[in-house]
This record gives sequence, C-alpha cells and structure tokens, in this order.
Amino acid sequence: MNDFLAARSQMALSLGFHIVFSCIGMVMPFFMAVAHFLYIRTGNDIYKNITRAWSKGVAIFFATGAVSGTVLSFELGLLWPEFMKHAGPIFGMPFSLEGTAFFIEAIALGFFLYGWGRFNQWFHWITGVVVGISGLVSGILVVAANAWMNSPAGFDFVNGQYLNIDPIKAMFNDAWFSQALHMCIAAFAATGFAVAGIHALMILRRRNIAFHTTAFRIPALFACIAAVLQPLSGDISAKDVARRQPAKLAAMEAHFKTEAASPLVIGGIPDPVAKEVKYGVEIPGLLSFMVYSDFHTPVKGLDQIPENDQPPVAITHYAFQIMVGLGMIMLGIALCYFVALIRKKSWLRMPWLLRLFVIATPMGFIAVEAGWTVTEVGRQPWIINGVMRTADAVTPMPGIAYSFYIFTAVYISLSLIVTFLLYRQIRMVPEIYDIQTPSL
Amino acid sequence: MIFVVMAYLWAAILLYILLGGADFGAGIIELFTSEKNKAYTRNTMYQAIGPIWEANHMWLIIAIVVLFVGFPEIYTTVSTHLHIPLVIMLFGIIARGTAFTFRHYDAVKDNMQKVYNRIFVYSSFVTPFFLGVIAGSAVSGRIDPDANDFLNAYVYPWLNWFSVTVGFFTVAICGYLAAIFIIGETNDDNSRVRFIRKAKQMNLAAAVFGALVFWAAHAEGIPLDKWMFDNPIGIIAIIAAVVSLGMLWYLLLKKGKIIIIRVLAGFQVTMILLAITIRHYPNIVILKGGRYLSLLEHAGQEKTIHSLAMALLLGSILILPALFYLLYSFRRSDVAEH
Repeated sequence: MNDFLAARSQMALSLGFHIVFSCIGMVMPFFMAVAHFLYIRTGNDIYKNITRAWSKGVAIFFATGAVSGTVLSFELGLLWPEFMKHAGPIFGMPFSLEGTAFFIEAIALGFFLYGWGRFNQWFHWITGVVVGISGLVSGILVVAANAWMNSPAGFDFVNGQYLNIDPIKAMFNDAWFSQALHMCIAAFAATGFAVAGIHALMILRRRNIAFHTTAFRIPALFACIAAVLQPLSGDISAKDVARRQPAKLAAMEAHFKTEAASPLVIGGIPDPVAKEVKYGVEIPGLLSFMVYSDFHTPVKGLDQIPENDQPPVAITHYAFQIMVGLGMIMLGIALCYFVALIRKKSWLRMPWLLRLFVIATPMGFIAVEAGWTVTEVGRQPWIINGVMRTADAVTPMPGIAYSFYIFTAVYISLSLIVTFLLYRQIRMVPEIYDIQTPSL
Repeated sequence: MIFVVMAYLWAAILLYILLGGADFGAGIIELFTSEKNKAYTRNTMYQAIGPIWEANHMWLIIAIVVLFVGFPEIYTTVSTHLHIPLVIMLFGIIARGTAFTFRHYDAVKDNMQKVYNRIFVYSSFVTPFFLGVIAGSAVSGRIDPDANDFLNAYVYPWLNWFSVTVGFFTVAICGYLAAIFIIGETNDDNSRVRFIRKAKQMNLAAAVFGALVFWAAHAEGIPLDKWMFDNPIGIIAIIAAVVSLGMLWYLLLKKGKIIIIRVLAGFQVTMILLAITIRHYPNIVILKGGRYLSLLEHAGQEKTIHSLAMALLLGSILILPALFYLLYSFRRSDVAEH
C-alpha cells in the first residue's frame, strides 16, 4: 500500500468511525430529553428508567466520539500538512466555534449524567437539552468546514497564493446549508432507526415488553419524521451539487455522456473504460428533470470533464445507489408506521411492523457511511475543490501504511468493545432499569 | 488581536497542564499505589474527576485549534516532524478516555474491570509522557525542516535525552498535581496522610527529573540554564516557584488549609511554564540551526486572527461561567451531602 493511499484510507477510517459516534452523541440527548420530560410531567418511573438506560449508552458513545474527534483534529495536520497550512486560516472559523460548542456539551453532559437528584429537576432537564443543542451545533459547524472543501469561498487564489482571506465568508460557503441539513436529518434517521430497531428486537423476544415498547416509540417517531424529510433535503443537495460540482454529480449518477433529456440510471455496473453503464435501468429525461425541473435540459456528463479531474466513478456511483436505496426503504417503513399511528392502530401490535424496524437497525448508519463516501470520493482528485489536489496535500513522512494498520486495529477493537458494552447494557435491563415487569 | 489569541493559547496550555495534568495524574497515582489501597484511591479519584474529566481535556482541543487556525505553519511543521510521538500520544488519549468511561459504565462489573483499570493506568502514564516529549522537542532545536533522511527528519527531533527527560518530568508534575488535588477530596485522616505522602513523593520525583532535564540539556548542548536565568522575569518566576514550594511543604507538614495548598501548587506550575516560555517569546518552536517559528511572524492573516480572537472571546463568555458552576456544584463538601 503506498503512502498516499494509506493516508487517504486512514482519514476515511477515522472519519467513518467518528461519524457514527458523533451522530449518536448529537441525537440521543434529544431522545433522552423527551423521555426525561415525560417522566417529569407524568411521574411514571418507566420514563426515568429509559432516560437513565439511554444516558449510560450516551456516556459510552460520547467518550468514544470525543476521543476520536480529538484524534481527527491532530490527523488533519499529521496526514495533510500542506492542506492545513493553507486551509487552516481560511476554514478554521467553524472549528474555533466548534471548540466552544463541544466544550459546552462536555460541561452540560457532566451536569446531566451526575446531576440526578442534585439539582432542580427542570435545571437538570435543561442541561440534557443543552447537550443535544450544542452537539447539533458542533455537527453543523464541522459539516460547514467540510462544505468549504467542496465549495471553497472566502479567499482569492492568485498564482498559488491564498489572498484576501475572509473566514466568515468561508464558513457560510454555498454548500454549508444543504450539507448541514442533509447531515442533521441523516443523524436523526440513522440513530432513530438504530435505537428503535434494538428495542423492537427486545419486544419481539418478549423481554421487558412495557419498558421496550415505551422506549421504542420515541426514536421511532423521530426516525420516521427524518426519513420522510430526508428525500426532500436530498433533492436540495443534488441540485446544489449539480450546480457547484458537476463532476461529482456525474460520478454519482454514472452519467458519462452529456445529452438532451439526460436519463436517470438506477443500479448497474459503470464501466469507466467503455464509458457506459451495464445492466442499469435508464429512465430517460428524469435526471434532467431532477436537476433542472424540466425533462430536456442536458446535464453535464463526465465527457465534458478532463480525465484527470474525474472522481472514481464506480465507488461514487455504488455508494450513492446504496444511500438512496436505503433511504427509500426507510421512507417506506416510515410511511407504514405513520399509517399505523394514524389509521390502523392494530398494526402497532403486529410483529411484522416491528420486524421491519429490526431489519432497518443498521440501515441508517450504512446510508450515512455511503453518503459520506459519495461526498468525499466524489470530490476527488481535489482536497479543496478546483484549488488543491489531494495528492499535493499529503504528508512527506514515509511509512503511513503502518500507521494505517495500527489505527485500523485500534478502531476495530474499540468498535468491538463498544458493541460488547452495549450488549451488556441491554442484557442488564431487567436487573437495573426494569425491575417491575420481568421478562416473559 | 494577535495578543488576545496568544494569551488564549498560553492560558489553554496552562489550564491543560493544571486540569488535564491533574486528571492524568489520577491514573499515575493509581499506578503507583499499593494493591490494597488501589480500590479506595480509585473511588476517591473517580468521585473527584468523574463529572469534569471531559471538560479537563477540552483545553487541548482549544490549544490545537488556535494553532491550526492562527499559526498553521507552526502546527504543520510540528505535526510533520513529531508525527510519531503525536500518534503515540493520540493512542494514549483514545485508550485512556475510553477505558475511564468503560470501567464506570460497563453494566456488568466483572473481570473486565481489571482490563479497563490496567489500560487506564498505563495510558495515564504514556499520554503525558509523550506530551512532555513533544513539548521538549519543540524547544530542543532538533527539528530540521530540511532533513532528507527518515531518522533526522522524523525520529531524532524527539528521540533525544532532553525530550525524554522532559517527558518524565511532565509525568511527575501530573502525579504531583493530582496528589495535591486529592488531599482535599478525602474525609478520613488515614487516607489524608497517605495522599500527603504521595504528594511529597511525586514532588521529589519532579525535582529529580527536573534536575535530570538540566543535565540532559547540558549533555545535548541546549542552553537551558541560560534561558531560565539570564532574564529577570525568568529568575523571578523560578524564585517564586521555589518559595511557593517551601511554603507548600510547610503547610503539608502543618496540615494547612487545602485551598491554599492547591493554589500554591498551581502557582508553582504556572511560574515554571512562565519561566520556560517568556525567554523565547514570541518564538514557540526552536528549529535546528537557531531558526525559530514565531507567534508573530508565522501568524495567519489579520482577518483570520481577528475572527479567531472573536470566537475565543465569545467562547469564554459562554464556557467560563458554566465551567465554574460545574466545578462548584461537584466540589467535595457538596458531594458528601449526596
């Protein structure tokens, strides 16, 4: 493995690992806040137990997310010094603000986790909400920094020099809103389906049914609302990408040839050499419609982009298809759930509905990883779109492959331990959180 | 505005040494506690740092963000040439943070606790050690941006006696801060006496390694003694540190007020940091051949520094009151009530 590929793999691994924990860290506090609120209002202990059970999970995920985030702030310099030398002062604004948001989050989490029975209950509740809000703000700021790499703004690039730096303009670049919106909704959908799926599984196994049924409802509702909103936000994102990064859109859609009434390709195997997609389903004019809202305007294809400026088509296309496919499945489940809630109350007790949620447990996070792959691989060969190439940004230090192997081992072991801890939390529910209603 | 940013950078480093250091020290103390007292020490430490440990480590993030936004050339030079110790330190941070949380939040308390404990104490040693190595290397004058071979470019900048002794010195300081801190966190006289003894041992270790740092500097041709003693502020800071150390020992023996003891220890470490940094101001990294990376010359453009300063000021308005309230709410007298 050469050093450049190793550096890219290590960065992808670190971000792919961190993204899961940060999604959970920013969404779970909202689920807890709802349960906590219901406890304070109703005095029903089951809500308190749910809040406490979730907060244990959050502590584990938050700590893992915090350390993996710390690692990332160093890895930017360790792996991409040439990039950070120039980009740091331009896109650093969201990071400096994120430092504050993250700090507030850590303080509020200290109050929340250790505050049971110590403070006024509404103060305690608010600290939990602050954890969620500051987590969400952190997420938005970090995504704004990533958006700058896709849509560089706030400087003039003259003869290889970065002049007239304006960090505020850089932060509010063209892509920040659509990317942040898409990421936040994705976080709610992914975390919601993951948590709801685990509780659904426990209900199907007839363990602590009252506890798990109550716990299931909160994430399920959040997840389903997010799943319905996500295609709309995806549409905003796609139109935005088409305008700013035609190469990325062409790779996502495996759209090789610029032509009137550009077709939408579903599935299929892109062949970059023959410049065609095999076995895909083509719907004529639909891509044009999705990008320009009319069926005839041609969408820029890869044939209009110089060969050495093209992203890897196959990976981008597959990742995009996976993301959209899973998004559609989650949308379907969400619609079923809403029908059940509004029209067919009897469905709520049907095992098949719960089974759908069990199947959907990992889907949100797979979609998040796929979407992340689309935005990062789809930007290649650029690290700053159109300004700096990724290959020019990498560290001169040799032997990064070894560092990548060790990081891989560390992150795999951490994932295993976190899974193991989560399994233990769930197994201990009857003993710690739900003593009244024993398993059947 | 550049001076605001510099002040924040210095304050973040200082607070990381004091708060993060005491936090690391908790693990170091646990490592050097006899088997039969380990559980008690661990619980006392946990009570004291549980709610605040995440916040203690935020100072490192603040410092690193200030560096990469405001002083990108300094950040990238250091992260390129000190890549290896930085990565080891990062593994230490991962291992320590997760082991600390896992051992508390594992729903089943079984033999896994031993695994978490072991990871926690060893990483509590390794992480500050490499932080010290990195800090030592930054001023050792061994970083050579023009080096072409692997050893000179990526290994010798940090693998030298000076950096290594600074590493051990840092570990001892962390243990010392933690021991001083924990004296005030215990209620019974027996453990108080034990922690006072621990504080003295750690203080002696710091003194020994401090002397070794001077020896190593001499051996490596680094004019450390000159840096410390050829300017009035440095001399005053060192005298202040020595005087406060004397007062601290006196108070430890006389069972003085813990708050004064803590302030003295904090003051002492502040003076040491001041003495080290003031001499080279505004230079922060000393490169091979007497070249420097300066906070003034290698700062980002004016608008960047301006918005960074604004972000820091805004941040401290939000953070500091909340942080003080957190520390206040979970102080020992309050913990004891619950």
